[in-house]
Amino acid sequence: MVEELLHSGSGWMNFGIFFLLAVVLLLVVLGFVTYAILAERKVLGYMQARHGPNQLGGKWGLLQTVADVLKLLIKEDIIPKAADRPLFIIAPIIAFTPAFMVLATIPFTEKFQFADIGVGLLYYIAISGMTVFGMVLGGWASNNKYALLGGMRAGAQMISYEIPLVISVLGVILLTGSLNLNDIVAQQGETAWFILLQPVAFIVFFIASIAELNRTPFDLPESENELVAGYFVEYSGFRWAFFMLTEYVYMFAMSSLITVIFLGGWLPPFDFLGFIPGAVWFALKFCFVVFVYMWIRATLPRFRVDRLMEFAWKVLFPIALANIFLTALIKTLFF
Amino acid sequence: MIRTEEMLLNVGPQHPSTHGVFRLVVKIDGEIITEATPVIGYLHRGTEKLAENLQYTQIIPYTDRMDYLSAMTNNYVICHAVETMMGIQVPERAEYLRVMAMELGRIASHLVAWGTYILDLGATSPFIYAFRDREMIINMLNELSGARLTFNYMRVGGVKWDAPEGWVDGVREFVPYLREQLKGYHDLVSGNEIFLDRVKGVGVYSKEEAINYSLSGPNLRSTGVKWDLRKDEPYSIYDRFDFNVITRDEGDCLARYHVRLDEIGESLKILEQACEQFPAEGEIMAKVPKIIKAPKGEAFVRIESPRGEIGCYISSDGKKEPYRLKFRRPSFYNLQILPKLLVGENIANLIAILGAVDIVLGEVDG
Repeated sequence: MVEELLHSGSGWMNFGIFFLLAVVLLLVVLGFVTYAILAERKVLGYMQARHGPNQLGGKWGLLQTVADVLKLLIKEDIIPKAADRPLFIIAPIIAFTPAFMVLATIPFTEKFQFADIGVGLLYYIAISGMTVFGMVLGGWASNNKYALLGGMRAGAQMISYEIPLVISVLGVILLTGSLNLNDIVAQQGETAWFILLQPVAFIVFFIASIAELNRTPFDLPESENELVAGYFVEYSGFRWAFFMLTEYVYMFAMSSLITVIFLGGWLPPFDFLGFIPGAVWFALKFCFVVFVYMWIRATLPRFRVDRLMEFAWKVLFPIALANIFLTALIKTLFF
Repeated sequence: MIRTEEMLLNVGPQHPSTHGVFRLVVKIDGEIITEATPVIGYLHRGTEKLAENLQYTQIIPYTDRMDYLSAMTNNYVICHAVETMMGIQVPERAEYLRVMAMELGRIASHLVAWGTYILDLGATSPFIYAFRDREMIINMLNELSGARLTFNYMRVGGVKWDAPEGWVDGVREFVPYLREQLKGYHDLVSGNEIFLDRVKGVGVYSKEEAINYSLSGPNLRSTGVKWDLRKDEPYSIYDRFDFNVITRDEGDCLARYHVRLDEIGESLKILEQACEQFPAEGEIMAKVPKIIKAPKGEAFVRIESPRGEIGCYISSDGKKEPYRLKFRRPSFYNLQILPKLLVGENIANLIAILGAVDIVLGEVDG
């Protein structure tokens, strides 16, 4: 469907359709964020021997996040006097925009993808790297020492962990011979899921992705117990919500990416299960990845900031490099 | 060369990890602390001065609010001081009730220390497990005294209320339950690599330093000094119980963590024995005059609270109020080593070290 549209001529009609589809995707993502927050609170709740939200919207608390968002919307928007006003205002937007932009390349099913770019994976990594600007700027513009420390930590961490993230995925690219996400999924259909062929790459990628998402145990930029809230300590109301939104949209994007790269995207695990639509498989795998993120959050304490860097450069980075070397060696010798 | 500046950072008084209204002014170079100055007094209520105008029984509720995590030991220390001055013999049943209440309080306090410490290090779940188990203790103490936190349970000469029917059985059943839970705590946290990385070899001080800084409780025992007033200067009926004094030799945050967790196990042993020995009946109050007047003179007693040695000095001129009352508040003394420990550490370690000291601000500020 999208394929045909892409190859048809440009016109107001096509623009309108694309605009409409983009709005639909935005709504889907916002819907995901709304219920991912609820799910996170519920999962954490049950793991911590309590119930989580259970008042608003029936016993499952289905309207809890809606009410929270409403509260954030009508909250007073405070900009500290000494803050750098333009940067303070623009920082959450800089953080959020790339988070939404990366979704364009994700192939949810073989038909439903917004931009089938030849270098989809590269696009994802390049665009998502921009978010760190928003965080550093937000930390700096707040004119708050905790925020500054948080922003600096965010900068150091995201840049450090991007490297193992990219290098680990090179193994997959070597096997596929393409940066196109559709090709990567198709390749998995022919051989096997890359989680089986590239288990080391998967582990490195998964750990680095947690760091990229700023989630426990790598939530140092916003570590509540040390820096109060890190880079967004001075933010309130909807600007703050934008930072939170960024995190959850990235969780959506990263879980989708892991599903696509390592878990076979929309493909069923066995061929005889092929009668179930690809979208269902994608959703199932995707939800599982999201659940693992929540599970880890409920389990682990936080890294120390110096150990975090050591872990990235001295553990993940060499492992990822060794993985590429081995993959290339095996590929050259045996295939 | 880039010009770098030292930054002055106020940690607290409103900060999630200072466990109350504690303020720490730290000079940091990047994230490395070059100087740390604790600022206390945000919770100062002048307990000692107030006590000079209060009758002895009226002082007891004030002590509840000092170390609010183990109010029973505070209750005990003031009653014990007055009893020592007046030479009152406390009935056996009351002594058992007191010991059981104090040991339950000690467990509850260590559970909070454990849970909040892990919370400070960034893991949220253990905190809630600790509070779930602490809730059971709070409920038991609630049955005993009618209050969940500020018990006001002990009186000069005994305790205010007798144990309700079935209470001792409840304690007896609780002991094996918590033993099982303790194993779970160890499984959950003690072996976690990230946790060990955060606490092992962090905030180390030696035996001599600990003694010179007048540290006590788990903070002292974590350096290998075997000093527990329950064993070394037995008060109440502690000489009747068989339990060990837990020590560790490393003197780091991990040692303090382990000392606290293991002490829960020892307290459970005491509780178990106390349940067995608990007298079926008897008085809960000694014969004391209606208005308590400590004889002219002075007395100092000290006991082992979960945080260390809590002492009470009373100087009396024979009236119904003390002439001067002074508490040795262990949290306050334990805090003194903090500026020395923090130099050269980073912000993350600050939280780990401060959390391991396990202060209660109500007690620090008095």
